[in-house]
Amino acid sequence: MNRLLDAVAATGRAVLDACRLTGRIALFGLDGLSHLARPPFYGRLFLRAFLDIGYYSLPVVALTAIFTGMVLALQSATGLSRFNAESAVANLVVLSITRELGPVLAGLMVAGRVGAAMAAELGTMRVTDQIDALATLSTNPMKYLVAPRLAGGLLALPLLVLVADILGVLGGFVIASLKLGYNARTYLSNTLDFVQTGDVVSGLVKAAVFGLLVTLMGCYHGYNSRGGAQGVGAATTSAVVSASVLILAFDYVLTELFFAR
Amino acid sequence: MTAPPKIRIRGLRKAFGDKVVLDGIDLDVAPRTSMVIIGGSGSGKSVLLKCMLGLIEPDAGSIEIDGQDVLRLDRHGAEAVRARIGMLFQNGALFDSLPVWENVAFGLLAQRQVDRQHARARAEEVLAQVGLAPTVGALWPAELSGGMQKRVALARAIAARPDILFFDEPTTGLDPIMGAVIDNLIVDCVRRLGSTAVAITHDMASARRIGDRAAMIHQGRIVWEGPATMLLDSGNAVVDQFTHGRHQGPIQMELRR
Repeated sequence: MNRLLDAVAATGRAVLDACRLTGRIALFGLDGLSHLARPPFYGRLFLRAFLDIGYYSLPVVALTAIFTGMVLALQSATGLSRFNAESAVANLVVLSITRELGPVLAGLMVAGRVGAAMAAELGTMRVTDQIDALATLSTNPMKYLVAPRLAGGLLALPLLVLVADILGVLGGFVIASLKLGYNARTYLSNTLDFVQTGDVVSGLVKAAVFGLLVTLMGCYHGYNSRGGAQGVGAATTSAVVSASVLILAFDYVLTELFFAR
Repeated sequence: MTAPPKIRIRGLRKAFGDKVVLDGIDLDVAPRTSMVIIGGSGSGKSVLLKCMLGLIEPDAGSIEIDGQDVLRLDRHGAEAVRARIGMLFQNGALFDSLPVWENVAFGLLAQRQVDRQHARARAEEVLAQVGLAPTVGALWPAELSGGMQKRVALARAIAARPDILFFDEPTTGLDPIMGAVIDNLIVDCVRRLGSTAVAITHDMASARRIGDRAAMIHQGRIVWEGPATMLLDSGNAVVDQFTHGRHQGPIQMELRR
């Protein structure tokens, strides 16, 4: 009986801890976003965050999208041929890329590249007193460090995903036309006929949410890191893991919102 | 009639969980004087300084600056008080993503006091005051030695001409000669600006060079306060053990064997 009560108590504590953490992260994010509406604004810092998240992530996201499109075309062609539905390859590739794989894979790639770097940078600033130094120099650290990064993630990821969508579809097109023997003109016209504005827009909305999640996790874990180099390492790991899990969880929630009937 | 204290602390308490760090600190710092606070590692010196800066919220007590309780101020009021304080952090805490001149002029630019061109000129002027050439302004913090980083951090602390200066272990990690250089620069800057200074240190030579007055924290309380010249001859058993570095005395180190 006692063991059962201990187990229930431990579960309760874990749930309460999780609720507390969720509340803290939500308040942190709201505080950071609220600074976007109040001057002073740090335009140069926003631009730097935007370029870091968007422009410098372009190579890794582009490669991921191209190869994903290629694999998708190859796999779907072999799978669909069993049902004599080879003509649906173009439709399947464009839908999968724009609705799901474009935003999710770009989000995961950016979480690994940018979320980790943000957590490490802010964590190092925390343990070397640079964040405290900001506060002593009439600068709100949330406004200076967190708000520009949140805005950068929110705006850069949709643009990145737009590029990923185009390159992913292109990857599928290359494999379909060069390797699988599809007629290039027909494949393209099938793609353009089938894709709808809502498919692309839903992917871009997902991208904006994922961009916010990645930067929020990077900033939160870095800003609150403790305990020297080990703490910074733990913050980096937490930032990447939590952002990745949240991307997948929010992907389901957003898909329900957009497409559930 | 004596002038009212610039900084007046009463009944300041702070605990982290079960560990009581500050247990009713009372301290006055007169205007235009330098107060040195000494105490063992973990005695709460840095926590006291961070409470004064508003970086840590104490559990109880008051901190008055020019008669105004800074713990009761709203965000804008607290920021206005903080803008009058310059702080030299133990490890310098220079922003490694900014060149040296932007580090020095950061407070001026943040307060929108000057444009970037004038901020750079002011930064070079302050760098000269701490004995650094204008060319240092173009370097990055990682390119500087420990002593130069401390000088740049000092330049950043005094750039906005604050009327209160805090120094957290200003000579830690420096060789004795560079420590003396930094101490002399601190004394020079405090006198030139007419500021009130509070420094915390373990370094007795530094304490006597910087301080007009000194106080010792032990077990979360101020156990002695007096002229800094009397640090080695205070007549207080706790202070004497600490300043002479004796392993026997009223201060018991917690060692696990």
